[in-house]
Amino acid sequence: MDENLRREIILDNYQDPMNRGLIEDSSYVRERMNSESCIDDLDFMMKIEDGKIQDIRFDGEACAISTSATSIMIRKLMGLTVEEARKILENYQNMIYEKEYDSELLGELNVYDTIHKQPNRMNCALLPSVAVKKMLEKLK
Amino acid sequence: MNREDFPMLQEGFVFFDNGATTLKPKCVVDAMKRYYEEHTSNIHRGDYDAAVKTNALYDGVRKIVSQFVNCDPNCVIYTSGATHSLNMVVFGYMRKHLKKGDEVLLNKAEHASNILPWIKLQEEIGIVLKYVPLDENYECSFESIEKCVTDKTKVISLAQVTNVIGDVRDVTRIGKFCREHHILFNVDGAQSVPHMKVDFENSDMDFLSFSGHKMCGPTGVGVLIGRRELLEEMEPLCYGGGMNAFFEEDNSYELKEIPVRFEAGTPPIAEVIGLGEAITYLMNIGMERIHEQEVSLKKYLLEKLKEFDDITVYNQNPNSGIVSLNLEGVFAQDFSIFLNHFHIAVRAGNHCAKLLKDEMDVKNTVRISMYFYNTFEDIDQFIDALRHRSEIFQIIL
Ligand SMILES: Cc1ncc(COP(=O)(O)O)c(C=O)c1O
Repeated sequence: MDENLRREIILDNYQDPMNRGLIEDSSYVRERMNSESCIDDLDFMMKIEDGKIQDIRFDGEACAISTSATSIMIRKLMGLTVEEARKILENYQNMIYEKEYDSELLGELNVYDTIHKQPNRMNCALLPSVAVKKMLEKLK
Repeated sequence: MNREDFPMLQEGFVFFDNGATTLKPKCVVDAMKRYYEEHTSNIHRGDYDAAVKTNALYDGVRKIVSQFVNCDPNCVIYTSGATHSLNMVVFGYMRKHLKKGDEVLLNKAEHASNILPWIKLQEEIGIVLKYVPLDENYECSFESIEKCVTDKTKVISLAQVTNVIGDVRDVTRIGKFCREHHILFNVDGAQSVPHMKVDFENSDMDFLSFSGHKMCGPTGVGVLIGRRELLEEMEPLCYGGGMNAFFEEDNSYELKEIPVRFEAGTPPIAEVIGLGEAITYLMNIGMERIHEQEVSLKKYLLEKLKEFDDITVYNQNPNSGIVSLNLEGVFAQDFSIFLNHFHIAVRAGNHCAKLLKDEMDVKNTVRISMYFYNTFEDIDQFIDALRHRSEIFQIIL
């Protein structure tokens, strides 16, 4: 991927992230994420209806990588079925961990395909995927 | 000063993370290496030459510590670090001597290791934790401490120097007050002992904790000093070899005298020897000189920072080598990653002072913490890096 384009996507999503700000609504599941390696501290909330992800929102303080990854992840997952979402999360995490994955599925999430070169940032990029997985578990 | 003693201080590398841990001078590593290569042996009970040597060096460090902070060498307990020391105070001494309703004065600038053990103890026995309000500079003054004291106050526990704000608390005055009012005075010296002259006796301290690795020494070793009468009453948290006089099948046992009563098992021998070497090294430089160097570095840095209106410094006043700051619109961690590109090592975060966010309007900062081997050139390098701050995202993404 072109480095300028990569940077632009990350920066746009960092500076103006999708769905930042939580709301009062008890039909959402919630998850608080503190990263081990990082000082990120983000709260997530997600609503599923009829087997589909209707909404994911987040708020808190985090670095450019986690914030942008969260924003891009939210854009990607909204409206998908739980099954489709799981597949994306799986492939996304495989990409971060340098395992086999299908880049076709990931769209803009591909901007993190070289994050493994900065091992201390991998957890930042993983953060939204871990959060969504945890929330899906809670809904089971 | 003394940069040549530190192998890690290569040209172009700026180490500004001394609050987390300091670099090690060659003499410290060499002393540990000699132990490993020339006289490895356990302490106590050894009759061969290497063991005799090890024993003498190991025990000798208590004397070195006692000269360094002015205390009784027999009241110097080796621990694994300040955290361990503080836990020993809370669970070894306080658990036995405090009761429900007794008040302990803390403040929100303290490190986790001087808060969480207390929270646990309040859960166990119902003591009451009170937080002394910080002033508008997030500092903790004698006056505000005094105001919080009631007839239920049994302990004042604080860091002599805090690790985010770096304010130097007037321990001599607080100690005198505590002595007069029969309040126990527990001092976390993790950020003061490495940087300034600390006097256990003359500051009327009851307990003093610090870590070796923050003062040119190795990781894995620290010290707890306690007043003799208190140590006599303190319970060991760990039982085993080296600390018992005898034990029998009928469950009778007797523990050894202090301080070895608190040092069950094989201690970090190489680390204790390294710590002794580190303290000797610091004393040879002189704690006054170290402190002066740090204060003048901070002054220089603050002066240079005046040119940048998008940098907020949270602790202008304190006389220590700590400067906590943020770059406007940039998350602390992104800022520290940016600085790493310029070979400048700093720390971003809440620095384990998680309650401080209640007092400050920020949760995370970038902390520059300096030591005597830092230079004005280090600061210039930092300032030069700052001139590239508009390119931060090109650099870190
Ligand atoms: C003020 C203060 N107290 C205690 C500690 C704990 O020291 P250690 O992690 O070496 O046990 C630190 C370390 O950061 C500190 O800054």
